[in-house]
Amino acid sequence: MRSLLDLTKLADELDMYLHEAVLATDSEATGVSSDEIFDLISSRLKDMRRSAEEASSSNNPCRLVPKTGPLMRAYSEKGGMCGGFILRASAIALEVATYNASMGRIVAAPTAGSCGILPGMLFAWEEFYGKDVADKERKLTEALIVAGAVGEIIANRATLAGAEGGCQAECGAAAAMGSAALAYLQGGSCEAVSNAVALTLKSVLGLVCDPVGGLVESPCIKRNGLLVSVGALAADMAMAGITSLIPADEVIDAMGQIGRSIPPSLRETSRGGLAVTPTAKKLVKGLGTKKR
Amino acid sequence: MPVWDIIGPVMIGPSSSHTAGAVRIGRIVRLCWGGDVRNANIYMRGSFATTGEGHGTDRALLAGLLGYAPDDPEVRNGRELALKSGMNFNFYEEDLECAHPNSVRIEIRDDGGRRMDATAASLGGGAVSLQELDGFEVGVSCLLPVIIIMNRDVHGVVGAVTTYLSSHGINIATMKLHRNSRGGLATMVLELDINESAVRPEEVKKVHDAIVRVISIPGVAL
Repeated sequence: MRSLLDLTKLADELDMYLHEAVLATDSEATGVSSDEIFDLISSRLKDMRRSAEEASSSNNPCRLVPKTGPLMRAYSEKGGMCGGFILRASAIALEVATYNASMGRIVAAPTAGSCGILPGMLFAWEEFYGKDVADKERKLTEALIVAGAVGEIIANRATLAGAEGGCQAECGAAAAMGSAALAYLQGGSCEAVSNAVALTLKSVLGLVCDPVGGLVESPCIKRNGLLVSVGALAADMAMAGITSLIPADEVIDAMGQIGRSIPPSLRETSRGGLAVTPTAKKLVKGLGTKKR
Repeated sequence: MPVWDIIGPVMIGPSSSHTAGAVRIGRIVRLCWGGDVRNANIYMRGSFATTGEGHGTDRALLAGLLGYAPDDPEVRNGRELALKSGMNFNFYEEDLECAHPNSVRIEIRDDGGRRMDATAASLGGGAVSLQELDGFEVGVSCLLPVIIIMNRDVHGVVGAVTTYLSSHGINIATMKLHRNSRGGLATMVLELDINESAVRPEEVKKVHDAIVRVISIPGVAL
């Protein structure tokens, strides 16, 4: 699968839902039946839910970053400016990303470093907007298939590796995938889904990967907790009828091209950016002696 | 990469390359060895050496050598489990110009003097490559079942092996041949399109007198 435009056309031609077009395409490419792929993604959704549940009660510490999930969860119960849905999505994303950093079991979606974003967006949607939806589990699986297709296209046209494309390719891609899933869950057309992807990616272009001490903690965890909001707002923008001037496939190409021109020091090597700030250096020095 | 590889793998964090990939490397090396690992010297290269500890790469490799899968929570306790199993292990750093940036060499020996030396690299997203085995280039992802045949370099071995596979209805996906010198030691690396249980290493060994050793590695899913 190489193009959101082609996928949209295929869905139109065959009068299929978007997720069905994804299953048909992947089935043809791999020889695995559509039903088997659906079941695989359905089991990934279960693993993702379990990781979110385990993450919300985990007390495993990270090496550098203090706990953030419980603070955001408590705050989200009280209100806050961004509204319950965004705050809850952020809390889940922080919890899951923290759980990953502390060697919890997660679903890399698309990567381990960005693993909080999809569960945050999907499970907050489920809690706030999925209550009366018939066959919710099936609907969420379909949304995860749509998200997976967006990831697949990004992998084929650009990259999903921070070492190759910076954080735009990891947390940025995850937010775009989540944005597509939300637009789909909200009943958006194929065009709305594509626009949600384009709008999200356009606002993360150039985001570098500069983790402190080479750990998947700072700034990774908080980026998970923040980018859910960009993806959600882009989905709402697309549902409002706002379109991206540059189509999604071309935005993805731009992301790939930008990724290749990011200097290696800002592509997961921890030799630039936040990783070489005085505070980061001090923290890393402290790590040498502090064993978990 | 199909959607299930994008939404996945299910793994113990924090890093698909430095944790999940490291567990898979350990598992693959264990399968090559063909049993419990009693003594292992582990030489970390590139970022496995520099950021490995923070990513639990050491624990992940040990858990893999013990046979655990990348999504098993016991990966976190790799060191303790290895100690408990009686495994003797040492970690070293190895600085090589030509080494892959995320790679490791693992040297295994038993008390009877048998040794094995394997080098593997983590390629990202949990994918790995078994690069070398006992000094011979291998270069397989281990997603498909693999058989590695070591033989004296005489004529007819490739023919005997492929005839055997063909007579058992086994399709060869890829095949690589190497030798250290004319008439010296040669290797054949075959990726197969079948369930590995269909290949019996002891039977393959019998197809030609020049075959010294046959290693069978089942496909190890992401």
